[in-house]
Amino acid sequence: MSITQENNHEEDHGHHHKETFITKYIFSQDHKMIAKQYLITGLFMGIIGILMSLLFRLQLAWPEQPFGIFEALLGKWAPDGVMDPNVYLALVTIHGTIMVFFVLTAGLSGTFSNLLIPLQIGARDMATGLLNMIAYWLFFISSIIMVASLFVEAGPAASGWTVYPPLSAIPQAQPGAGLGMTLWLVSMTFFIASSLLGSLNYIVTVINLRTKGMTFSRLPLTIWAFFITAVIGVVSFPVLLSAALLLVMDRSFGTSFFLSDIFIQGEVLHYQGGSPVLYEHLFWFLGHPEVYIVLLPALGITSEIIATNSRKPIFGYRAMVASILAIAFLSTIVWGHHMFISGMNPFLGSVFTFTTLLIAIPSAVKAFNYITTLWKGNLQLNPAMLFSIALVSTFISGGLTGIILGDSALDINVHDTYFVVAHFHLVMGISALYGLFAGVYHWFPKMFGRMMNKNLGYFHFWVTAIGAYGVFFPMHFIGMAGLPRRYYTNTAFPYFDDLADINVTITVFALITGLAQLVFLYNFIHSMYYGKKTEQNPWRSTTLEWTAPIKHIHGNWEGKIPHVHRWAYDYSKPGQKEDFVPQHIPLKKGEEELQH
Amino acid sequence: MTNFFIFTALILIAISVWQITKIFELSQTKKINNQIADDKDNDFNGKMMFAFLIFIYALTIYSFFAYGDVLLPDAASEHGSTYDNLMWISFAVIFFVQTITQGALHYFSYKYRGNKSRKAFFYADNDRLEMIWTVIPAIVLAVLILFGLYTWTDIMTIEEKDDTLVVELYAQQFNWKARYAGEDGVLGDANIRFLQDFDGKNVVGIDSTDPNGFDDIVVQELHLPVGREVIFKMRSQDVLHSAFMPHFRAQMNVVPGMITEFAFKPITTTEEMRQNPDIISKVKKINKIRVENSKELVASGDEPLEPYIFDYVLLCNKICGGSHYNMQMKIIVETEDEFNKWIDDQQTFAEVIQ
Repeated sequence: MSITQENNHEEDHGHHHKETFITKYIFSQDHKMIAKQYLITGLFMGIIGILMSLLFRLQLAWPEQPFGIFEALLGKWAPDGVMDPNVYLALVTIHGTIMVFFVLTAGLSGTFSNLLIPLQIGARDMATGLLNMIAYWLFFISSIIMVASLFVEAGPAASGWTVYPPLSAIPQAQPGAGLGMTLWLVSMTFFIASSLLGSLNYIVTVINLRTKGMTFSRLPLTIWAFFITAVIGVVSFPVLLSAALLLVMDRSFGTSFFLSDIFIQGEVLHYQGGSPVLYEHLFWFLGHPEVYIVLLPALGITSEIIATNSRKPIFGYRAMVASILAIAFLSTIVWGHHMFISGMNPFLGSVFTFTTLLIAIPSAVKAFNYITTLWKGNLQLNPAMLFSIALVSTFISGGLTGIILGDSALDINVHDTYFVVAHFHLVMGISALYGLFAGVYHWFPKMFGRMMNKNLGYFHFWVTAIGAYGVFFPMHFIGMAGLPRRYYTNTAFPYFDDLADINVTITVFALITGLAQLVFLYNFIHSMYYGKKTEQNPWRSTTLEWTAPIKHIHGNWEGKIPHVHRWAYDYSKPGQKEDFVPQHIPLKKGEEELQH
Repeated sequence: MTNFFIFTALILIAISVWQITKIFELSQTKKINNQIADDKDNDFNGKMMFAFLIFIYALTIYSFFAYGDVLLPDAASEHGSTYDNLMWISFAVIFFVQTITQGALHYFSYKYRGNKSRKAFFYADNDRLEMIWTVIPAIVLAVLILFGLYTWTDIMTIEEKDDTLVVELYAQQFNWKARYAGEDGVLGDANIRFLQDFDGKNVVGIDSTDPNGFDDIVVQELHLPVGREVIFKMRSQDVLHSAFMPHFRAQMNVVPGMITEFAFKPITTTEEMRQNPDIISKVKKINKIRVENSKELVASGDEPLEPYIFDYVLLCNKICGGSHYNMQMKIIVETEDEFNKWIDDQQTFAEVIQ
């Protein structure tokens, strides 16, 4: 508590001590700088992850064809420019790991939780800046190790991002199960440590450092989302850590937690009595909540942006909070839907079907509430708003097919096919990525004091929006045709020969969409230095971060921290002159705060 | 026609590029460089939202029209028709909801695109409305859950009856084998420890001290008699695999260290399935593609591809290493007589190890 009080002085004094380059830009304890560090690291990892997907999409569209780019990037893993099957598996594995953890967990949640929690609740900084800094640097080390694993002689981990043993446990099973897998596990251990430190900090900050008047029922939905995301992370990430540690034990110290009765390459291994199904339980106990760790911050960001740009209060604030809580609770008891046909007791499958389909209810409430927020609004279609609307669109399109996958009976024939790939890319991959883009476009002025170019933003948006559907919509059909995912090529089955055209279409869309991201990168970097200087509150928003000065200062506000007198969504309130009333403006005489 | 998407996408992209350059030009002449959406931006993007809605609908309709023929044919197993019904019911629900919600989302984005003279309607809450869209999904889902659980329990309840055929599916990197119980109808004990016995001829590790094992038959091609319930007992010797038989709506993971089970009753023989109109047109299409591909192969001095004849397949559907993509086994569903004739021709374990 001493730290908390020290950091939340009502008056600002003593925060203007001199900072060196190193304390300001590298080992910074200022949440705003740490947010930028997360964002830039996340974007860097994102470039690697997306590039990998383009490489394996080329292979899928034109299987076993030589490509100069393979030879250039993959070297001896692509003899004569033809991709090796093990390398294909390595690419999908690292693509998944990087996108889920490094881009959409750290890059999205890390960036915006750090940037917005103190600024929107009216705090001078995180509860502990030191832990916050350590969390970032653990993430950084983890990223370095993950990238380093790409340069291992035998290749990086290649058993899918879920790294199921025994494939990931026995070096004889595949080349990537050696040093590459070890580095994967070490990297993830650092990542989990980082995530836990970060999450604890967010939770403590939200609970303790809210400014005067910022009650829980006045919190912006962004903060609710980040707060609950952090809680889910703290509950579920440790379980992944234990799974990873047990896997390390099996790999290096001869234990048999996940292994039993294995004969490989002419040799009977000594493992007895373990079960890979145990690993699956442990993995998915994190793995499923992870979906919501990725998605909830994106939904929080969207809530904020849609309300601001519709110039309307978010519809059904209480229902939105309740649905976040319901999703968070349910997310921890549905992991078994990834395992309907893993060999676990079918009765367990029934229970998980029940809990899984329940999640559709709060999700539906959220979708309907977003749509109603748009209704009769005065929509300011900024790039951030477009991405938010598109997020709702992909969240619906991808979420609906969850009704099929969450139903144990129907899962039987679409499990692990491209139908699943289409589903989760739309509902969590693309949706969360849109959340990230929306957040960057919206809070770029807050982060860098400049605006991003809107026209490039529109171009980026429309190409991405069309391209993403072009990639993932046809994929449902490949899946329903029965094609399994993680196949290097489908040419081994003449039965699937007629899918070749669809695969080409998907890859063309993927390449176009991938290229469009360069426009975003250009816009991002260029605007950082040459963008138009921003006003203090460019989007005319109600939340507290826009009351802080444009130029970043350690401690966020000069003088007193603003007090809060109303909820975050007083847009177009009848009887007001402006179409927004910021949270720190006291109620007028006779004005009632909405009973939300 | 297949390039319809790409074509549409290119047109939409072209329109946006054109619009954007126009906006650029306009802003240059008037020296306005405001990066916040103005009325013009709202108008353009609002209309694009409407175009995007049409794109989504068109994509959906077109995909079904163009890709409908790649989907699996009618199920070849008894439980498969229930499965397919449930699937189509779920799809009907999904399409209904998708059409309405996407319609509302994008139409509102178009209709309420902002301008200076608009004022948003302050509308923060409506308990009744929220109750409606909590309760309706709940009811629809309750129905789907009930139907789903009923189907699931039905499929997963495995009972061995007198005429049930028990077959072991055996998985290893990167092939499948099947073991039949032989005359005595009982599979002999087996363990990976016995794989090295008999100079590696004991390919699924049958315990040679168990008399039940001697008449067991191990094969590389799965034959099933039509109309008889089959229980698959699955074993893996190395890593996780998954036995996926899409035409039978059947799948179960194969886990080293334990035996997993799945059962179904095949109702369509391979021969009958080859006469299925969907399969006939699919095979025709595939062969057309193969003829095209063969031309290229012949031109570069390779053998042409053989014409394709339909067969059921068993695929591996759990990532299992480098050749995961080629881990397959042919399945043949035939009449009881044909099946008996085939199995009589196979060598028993006793014959193999002699």
